[in-house]
Amino acid sequence: MSTQHSRTAARFMIAPATVLLLGWMLIPLCMTLYYSFRRYRLLTPDRTGWVGFRNYENFLTNPAFMDALVNTLVLVLGVLIITVVLGVLLAVLLDQPMFGQGIVRILVIAPFFVMPTVSALVWKNMFMNPVNGLFAYAAKAVGLQPYDFLSQAPLASIIGIVSWQWLPFATLILLTAIQSLDSEQMEAAEMDGASPLSRFWFITLPHLSRAITVVILIQTIFLLSIFAEILVTTNGGPGTASTNLTYLVYAESLLNYDVGEGSAGGVVAIILANIVAIFLMRMIGKNLDA
Amino acid sequence: MARAVTQKRKLIATLAAWTIGMAIFFPIFWTILTSFKTEAEAISDPPSLFWFDWTLENYGVVNERSNYPLHFMNSVIISVGSTVLGLIIAVPAAWSMAFVPGKRTKDVLMWMLSTKMLPPVGVLIPIYLISRNLGVLDSRVALVVVLTLINLPIIVWMLYTYFKEIPGEILEAARMDGATLKSEILYVLTPMAVPGIASTVLLNIILAWNEAFWTLNLTAAKAAPLTAFIASYSSPEGLFYAKLSAASTMAIAPILIMGWFSQKQLVRGLTFGAVK
Repeated sequence: MSTQHSRTAARFMIAPATVLLLGWMLIPLCMTLYYSFRRYRLLTPDRTGWVGFRNYENFLTNPAFMDALVNTLVLVLGVLIITVVLGVLLAVLLDQPMFGQGIVRILVIAPFFVMPTVSALVWKNMFMNPVNGLFAYAAKAVGLQPYDFLSQAPLASIIGIVSWQWLPFATLILLTAIQSLDSEQMEAAEMDGASPLSRFWFITLPHLSRAITVVILIQTIFLLSIFAEILVTTNGGPGTASTNLTYLVYAESLLNYDVGEGSAGGVVAIILANIVAIFLMRMIGKNLDA
Repeated sequence: MARAVTQKRKLIATLAAWTIGMAIFFPIFWTILTSFKTEAEAISDPPSLFWFDWTLENYGVVNERSNYPLHFMNSVIISVGSTVLGLIIAVPAAWSMAFVPGKRTKDVLMWMLSTKMLPPVGVLIPIYLISRNLGVLDSRVALVVVLTLINLPIIVWMLYTYFKEIPGEILEAARMDGATLKSEILYVLTPMAVPGIASTVLLNIILAWNEAFWTLNLTAAKAAPLTAFIASYSSPEGLFYAKLSAASTMAIAPILIMGWFSQKQLVRGLTFGAVK
C-alpha cells in the first residue's frame, strides 16, 4: 500500500520527535552520570576532580536516604490505595441513575485541574493550619484540641492532599471503564439472583481490572516525582519526616549546592524508577495488545 | 435503560453522590469564597459562610502589588508556547506512525512513553546547569523548551490514537485522484484531524499550566509562571488568606473551565489511549 517514497517521507517526519527526545534523554543522563563521579560543589566550583564512588557512598549512607526511600514508598502506595479504592466506589456510585449526574461529575473532577502549589497551599493554610484552619475550628467546636497536621503527621497530611488531587483522575477513568460494561450481562446476573455485592465482585471488578492497571501505572509515574506539594507545605520536614527521593535530590543539589552528590542521588532515583517502569511497561504493553 | 429503577433508589444515589461531590469540591469552593472576604473575615471564628461583606478588594490588591499580570502572562506563554511547539514536532511524527506504520513503529511509541518515566529529578542538575550556562535560567524560552520535551510523548501518543481512527481508505482515494503528499495532508487529513488535535491542545495546555517541578526549579522572579508565583505565598509573611485565595482563584479558574470541557479527552490522553 505505501510506496517507498512515502516510507522515506515517513522517516523524515518521525525524525525530529525521535531525535529531540533521544537528546533530551541522553545528554542530561550522561551529564548526571558524569557529575555523579566528580567532586563539584557550586560554592567551591574550582575544586573539581574524579572521586570514584564517593558521591554514591555519601548519598546512600546518608540516613536521610533510607528515610526518603521509605517515605517515597509510603507516599506512592498510600495515595494509590486511597485513590483506587475510593475511585472504584465513587465510580460505581456515579454510574447509578441519578439527578444532575453531569454536575456531580464536574464537581468530582475539579481538583485534578488545580495546580499543585495552589492545592497544597489551600490545604495547608485554610484547612490544616492549627490556628486558623477549618479543621482547627471544627475541632474546637466539638471541644477537641486542634491538631497540627503538617508538623505532627506531615507525611499522612501530604498523602491526604495528593489523594485529593488524584482521586478525580482515578474516578474519571474508572467511570469511563464502567460505562463500557455491557448492561445485559448485569441484567442476566440480576435475574439469576446474584446479589449486588457479588455482581460488583464478579462482574464489575474484573471488568475494571484493565482500567485499574492503567490508573496505577500512570499515577505511579507522577507520584514518584511529587515535589511541589512537599516544597510548599513542609519543606520535607520536620527533619526528614516528609522528604521523598525527589525532594532529597533537590535539597542536596540546589540547597546544599553539592552537584556531585545530588547527581549520584539522581542516578539512584533513575535506577529505582526504572525498576518500577519495567513492570509498568510490561503491563501497558500487554494492555495495548489486548 | 431496560432495568427498572425505583424512584427511591435514584433519590438515594442522587443524595449520596451530591454529598460526596460537594465534599470533594469544597476546598475549591471555599477558596473562591474566601477570595471575596476581607482578611479579618477570612480568619474569623466561627468561619462565615455567605453572610459577610463581599468585596473585590483582594483581586485589586493582588493585581496591583504583586506583578500578578506578569506571572499570568508567563503561564499563558509557557503553556501555549510549549503546546504549539510540541504540536509542530508531533503532528508529522504521529501522522506517519499512524498511516505509514513500519515494523518498529510500536517500539518507537513504547520508547517515547518510556521517556516519561525518567524521573525529572534525575536530570535536574544537567538541565539546571545547561540553562545557567546558556544564560536562560529564569527565562520563558527555557521553560517552553523543557515543557515541550516533557509533554512531547503525550502529544505524540494522543495524536497517534486519534489519527489511527481516520480511515486509511480516504487517503488512498485521495492518492488515486492524484493528490500529492502535501495536498493529502493539507486538504484531506487536516480537516479530519482537527478534533483530535484540538483535544490534544487542550489537555496539553492543562498539563503545562499546572506543571510544578521545572517551573519551580528553573524560574525566579522574571519568568515565574503562576505555579511558582503562588508558591511564594508559602512563606509565613505571606499568610494572607483572602489574597492567597484571590491569587489562587485567578490561577485555577481558566484551567478549571478548560478542564471541564475536556473531561472525555482527558481520559484518553492521560491513559495513552488504553481507556476510551
